[in-house]
Amino acid sequence: MPRRTDIRTILIIGSGPIVIGQACEFDYSGAQACKAIREEGYRVVLVNSNPATIMTDPALADATYIEPLTVDSLDRIIDKERPDAVLPTVGGQTALNLAVALDAAGVLARYGVELIGATVEAVQIAEDRQRFKNKMIEIGLEVPRSGIAHSLDEAHAVVATTGFPAIIRPSFTLGGEGGGIAYNVEDFRTIVESGLDASPVHQILIEESVLGWKEFELEVMRDHADNGVIICSIENIDPMGVHTGDSVTVAPAMTLTDREYQRMRDMGLAVLRAVGVETGGSNVQFAVHPQNGRIYVIEMNPRVSRSSALASKATGFPIAKIAAKLAVGYTLDELPNDITRETPASFEPTLDYVVVKIPRWAFEKFPQADPTLGTQMKSVGEVMAIGRTFPEAWQKAWRSLEQGRAGWGADGKDRIEPERLRERLITPHPERHFYVRYALQSGMSVDQVAALTHIDPWFLYQFERILNIEGKIRAFTLNTIPADLLRQAKRMGYSDVQLAHLLHVSHPIQGQKLPTIPPGPWLPELAVRARRKELGILPTFHCVDTCAAEFPAFTPYLYSSYESEDEAAPSDRPKVMILGSGPNRIGQGIEFDYCCCHAVFGLRAMGYETIMVNCNPETVSTDYDTADRLYFEPLTLEDVLNIVDIERPAGVLVQFGGQTPLKLARGLEAAGVPIWGTSPNAIDLAEDRDRFGALLDQFAIPAPAHGSATSWEEARVVAAHIGYPVVVRPSYVLGGRAMAIVYDDQSLERYMREAVDASPEHPVLIDRFLEDAFEMDVDAVSDGQNVVIAGIMEQIELAGVHSGDSACVIPPYMVPPQHIETMRDYTVRLAQALGVVGLLNIQYAMQEGIIYVLEVNPRASRTIPFVAKATGVPWAQIAVQVAAGAPLQLTDTTVNAGPERYSLKTASQNVQKPLYHVKEVVLPWARFPGMDTLLGPEMRSTGEAMGSGTTFGEAFAKAQLGCRHMLPTSGSAFLSVNDRDKANLIPIARDLAELGFTLLATAGTAAALQAAGLAVTQIYKVNEGRPNVVDYIKNRQIALIVNTPLGKTSFFDERSIRRAAITHSVPTLTTLSGAAAAVQAIHALRNGGWTVQSLQERM
Amino acid sequence: MEALLVLEDGRSFRGQSFGATGERVGEVVFNTGMTGYQEILSDPSYCGQLVIMTAPHIGNTGVNDFDPESWRPQVAGFIVRFHSEHYSSWRARGSLSQLLRDHQIVAISEIDTRALTRHIRSAGAMRGIISTEDDHVERLAARARAAPPMIGQDLTRLVTCEEPYHWTEGSSAFKVTCAARQTTGMPQTPGTPILHVVAYDFGLKRTILRRLVDHGCRVTVVPATTTAADVLQRQPDGVFYSNGPGDPAAAEYALEPLRALIGRVPVFGICLGHQLMGLALGGRTFKLPFGHHGTNHPVRHLHSGRVEITSQNHGFAVDADTLPAEVEVTHINLNDQTVEGLRHRSLPAFSVQYHPEAGPGPHDATYLFADFVDMMREHTRV
Repeated sequence: MPRRTDIRTILIIGSGPIVIGQACEFDYSGAQACKAIREEGYRVVLVNSNPATIMTDPALADATYIEPLTVDSLDRIIDKERPDAVLPTVGGQTALNLAVALDAAGVLARYGVELIGATVEAVQIAEDRQRFKNKMIEIGLEVPRSGIAHSLDEAHAVVATTGFPAIIRPSFTLGGEGGGIAYNVEDFRTIVESGLDASPVHQILIEESVLGWKEFELEVMRDHADNGVIICSIENIDPMGVHTGDSVTVAPAMTLTDREYQRMRDMGLAVLRAVGVETGGSNVQFAVHPQNGRIYVIEMNPRVSRSSALASKATGFPIAKIAAKLAVGYTLDELPNDITRETPASFEPTLDYVVVKIPRWAFEKFPQADPTLGTQMKSVGEVMAIGRTFPEAWQKAWRSLEQGRAGWGADGKDRIEPERLRERLITPHPERHFYVRYALQSGMSVDQVAALTHIDPWFLYQFERILNIEGKIRAFTLNTIPADLLRQAKRMGYSDVQLAHLLHVSHPIQGQKLPTIPPGPWLPELAVRARRKELGILPTFHCVDTCAAEFPAFTPYLYSSYESEDEAAPSDRPKVMILGSGPNRIGQGIEFDYCCCHAVFGLRAMGYETIMVNCNPETVSTDYDTADRLYFEPLTLEDVLNIVDIERPAGVLVQFGGQTPLKLARGLEAAGVPIWGTSPNAIDLAEDRDRFGALLDQFAIPAPAHGSATSWEEARVVAAHIGYPVVVRPSYVLGGRAMAIVYDDQSLERYMREAVDASPEHPVLIDRFLEDAFEMDVDAVSDGQNVVIAGIMEQIELAGVHSGDSACVIPPYMVPPQHIETMRDYTVRLAQALGVVGLLNIQYAMQEGIIYVLEVNPRASRTIPFVAKATGVPWAQIAVQVAAGAPLQLTDTTVNAGPERYSLKTASQNVQKPLYHVKEVVLPWARFPGMDTLLGPEMRSTGEAMGSGTTFGEAFAKAQLGCRHMLPTSGSAFLSVNDRDKANLIPIARDLAELGFTLLATAGTAAALQAAGLAVTQIYKVNEGRPNVVDYIKNRQIALIVNTPLGKTSFFDERSIRRAAITHSVPTLTTLSGAAAAVQAIHALRNGGWTVQSLQERM
Repeated sequence: MEALLVLEDGRSFRGQSFGATGERVGEVVFNTGMTGYQEILSDPSYCGQLVIMTAPHIGNTGVNDFDPESWRPQVAGFIVRFHSEHYSSWRARGSLSQLLRDHQIVAISEIDTRALTRHIRSAGAMRGIISTEDDHVERLAARARAAPPMIGQDLTRLVTCEEPYHWTEGSSAFKVTCAARQTTGMPQTPGTPILHVVAYDFGLKRTILRRLVDHGCRVTVVPATTTAADVLQRQPDGVFYSNGPGDPAAAEYALEPLRALIGRVPVFGICLGHQLMGLALGGRTFKLPFGHHGTNHPVRHLHSGRVEITSQNHGFAVDADTLPAEVEVTHINLNDQTVEGLRHRSLPAFSVQYHPEAGPGPHDATYLFADFVDMMREHTRV
């Protein structure tokens, strides 16, 4: 059946800010859906609060709303756009839940809007554990036995059916707090009691344990004619017990016989039919008993998912695109397979390679968090690697992770604590696979390791193969290793860096002429590379073709291996290579993928062939139709040079993918690769404090006093010279890693002795901390001469909070015009002096009327997508065109440095009031029980939302809603601030009182407020008596909390307040500037009249 | 031990032997299934062929007693990218390489199976030779060229049974079909066997027999050369024509009994049985460039419009244009539009090119066994 003609406009719901468990895979699926539906001639309306997404690019939809994902907001959009249908299956659980809520609120019925791609019923069955379980039993499938209990007696009754070990999960606690596994009656009693206590509703779920069972996933698609296909099977190497998002996984499944696989396939299709997924893709998870093959259905998601993004990248089958087409009426056989062109989409991809996915965690950012992996997902990103065999893919995946490892060990960097071996094998942990390696190396047998880890022995045998060859290699040097063995090692996925380590390479071999990397050391891996080339051991590239070479592939989606025949077939068109940003991590996420995609768009518009290199399966950049050619490869010097060797691009762009490609810039340049845009030398200059300091001095541009130290003694001298407080951090780190603000010698000593490993190569940097300063972020584009300011953002939090964790606003709302001019002037001069060609980001601080330069980054910044959305200008595209040699075209509005486009534009269109645009961040506190929620110089946010409005308050309120921070419009506000903040709290408290809030405060704060004539009720701190503030929070008697840090003594008290607030979702502001902004937002919310506006309307 | 694979056009691949020593010639074909190597190996339709598995890891789950499609591996040789000596499966009883050595099957691993597959895809299926004994490419290529081509070869006599036998085992030994397609699901518990099927064995797969039993049939398997009179004497409710190796046009001896049976008893054919049906009804067959060997082939059932993902293993196909008017094409392959199923418009006879029994492969088409049963019941009533 062809596409439906009874619908015209389709609303697509995005997934909102990036959070753990719901990341940029939904930008990938949403962007695909937009394209797929629009090319069918429908009018697409899109809503997503996340400005960093490609899907919210105005070019992708007819009407793009960067608005909160709430029923209220959607109601307004639906009222305005009158869509005929809503597609909720490409925006994660957020979109599904919102669709259900829209249905429940009667919004869909009121406007006659139909849900396509999923029914409310199906979503509810999949979500509701009990209904899902019943449905599965109804169709003859098995599920783990479980039951709900509200008392110990009930619990005993349930466990009688589930047996031991039993899993106890308290309802509605965060991160599974208060739960556990009971192996006997005694344990059981203890855990049940603590679980009931931890649960706010005194309810626990008791479940039969399937820990250690094998875990599989199927990506299933079905159309309305009941045609069903399996796109991909995925096997979790980490067995049941570890969330699939935290598991290392492999595709296709490696340890199933056909009989078992087909049985699972039958079940997968049956689950979709039973749940009622009529069109689209679903992920179905299974647990398989390793000794008897018994299969349990664990869960299913009636929508595209992280796994479906992985499956799409793993197979070349675009699940989200096809799901969107099925939702508008097509059947699978009516859709072509884009890659083979000749064959239809109604088939099952077959792989002649192996794909390995490894999650990336960020526990270094959350030192108090428990890094044990369990049923709550904790990873923030992932990498995927493709190899012809499992060992090859395995090694490539480990080196793709960019955690300083050159592969799965064999790089001299293992940090093993041998005495913890058993514990580390038994308890899933981010380092577990390195302990598996150590265990096998130190003589533990496959059976022993399998018994402790429950990893299927087949994988362990593969690990043994990898280790065997490692042993052979070690016996040689680079001069003596036989070519055969070297080739075998490459076929096993060993990187040149690993081989350099194993072959003891410490100097170039005789007669080899190798580039050195100025000013750094000569790289041993380049000696291996040179030797390999001499021996003719070169990589080959192969197509991901969905069909194991049965049909020719037309889409150049490539991966490397060491086989006999290369399929890359590079063109002779002028071409440019864009290096992507690798795995998402805190500080480097979707924003950089946005920039990379825009680099592709900009270059394509200039007629270049574009080549993308990236290893992150969640991204839009790794969609096979984003760039002309896609290399799904690790972003290491070796792998990138291999692609350069075969493609010979005219230029390589390193400034769009964050730190990942920048780290490669010097190595690439030394190897003679043409880097387009800002030179690696200029990038270095900006990062080198001495060189950069000299430049600032030359222009008489103020910067905070600074120095560096390699020991506590040195640090003390520097700090004394600079004056406290100081910001300390290790050199060469990202996202404020291990950064701290230190107020005295004592803390400085502790920091130097305990927190960092300082060395002459890696000194600790010490900067004067500008207290109570306002911070500003400026993004600009330069062609070396002309400089255009893209946007000036004012941080809402004061200095001391990492800019990536602070809300910010365009245009600045509290910065006097002369300071704006100063920043503009500095930006232009610095861009010119550094010779920036492309993007530039500068962080400024304003303290007591002086503008200081804090940091200059001559590259794409995290804020570029936000600025692009706020100003309506695709800055990354402009920057890439400048880097490709085009002159900066925006000079018509100004010589050298124009005022921001948005203000020009709004000035010329008097009908429209200038808009404020606020970016707010989301923090992953709920995932990490035990973490304090204070903001600091270390970035910890995972995502962002944007709100726009005619007043700052409206914009801020919408940004809060976009992050699902539900600011109250009435109730009680609890205030507890430190002494320094007391004076500044008074106007905020007064505003709150005027807005009708009842004020509650702890003794000191209450006294200050009372002294200012405000009515306030004093309540107890945690350690003063009952009922205390935490009791108030638990009883939902507090709607808003303003709590600035009081210092070490009351640390525990505050922390328990903030944790309770997280558990009970009470908005908490830990800075006064944040509180002041929130008050303005509440004011705007109380006035009620916020509006929704599409990006297209603003243009 | 090293092994060498040489194609008739001189292209060679050097790898490691993981099966028996020796030298075998055969037609080189590739199978794109990611699972089911044990079934593929033991499928008699692969007689005379050197089979490439495009999935890179083979042998992971070892071998077990229940999965073979016949009593021994049937391929002439086996070609893989990587073979796992170590295996892991609760059902496994031994390693793949041991099985191959036990049955004197040569096998080669560590070769670029993707390059080889691409070559076969563009140059077509061709003869090849695997040797662990000779290291001379030209000599081996000459020997490959000296082997008879697949066209014109009748291989069914090599794999058919010698004596008739009864088959009573169903699939229940391993519960497979707990959740097949609603409308096409197999019976959960086989009923009392009431229908008698005589199954011609041209290289019959066990899964077909089990499916027939699952659907309430009792089966007598007869040798390929059995006469129609002999079959009719057994008073069957239906006759089944099995899969098998080689060129259908060369198995002329089988057509006469088939022509005699069509119209007298319901006849169902699979794979070679389908090709024979096409020939018996007046059509012709032709050789496909590199055949269909895999478990992901989309087939449209023209009556319902539904798409089935099917298991396939054939190098020849029935030419639709040669079929007489009384024969209807019921299924087509959506990849290349070739005939995948046909039926006689008035007589109780139908056949499919693909493998609805699915061993290995998806269970989307098990309804055909139910159709056969319905046809037999209807015919008995009449």
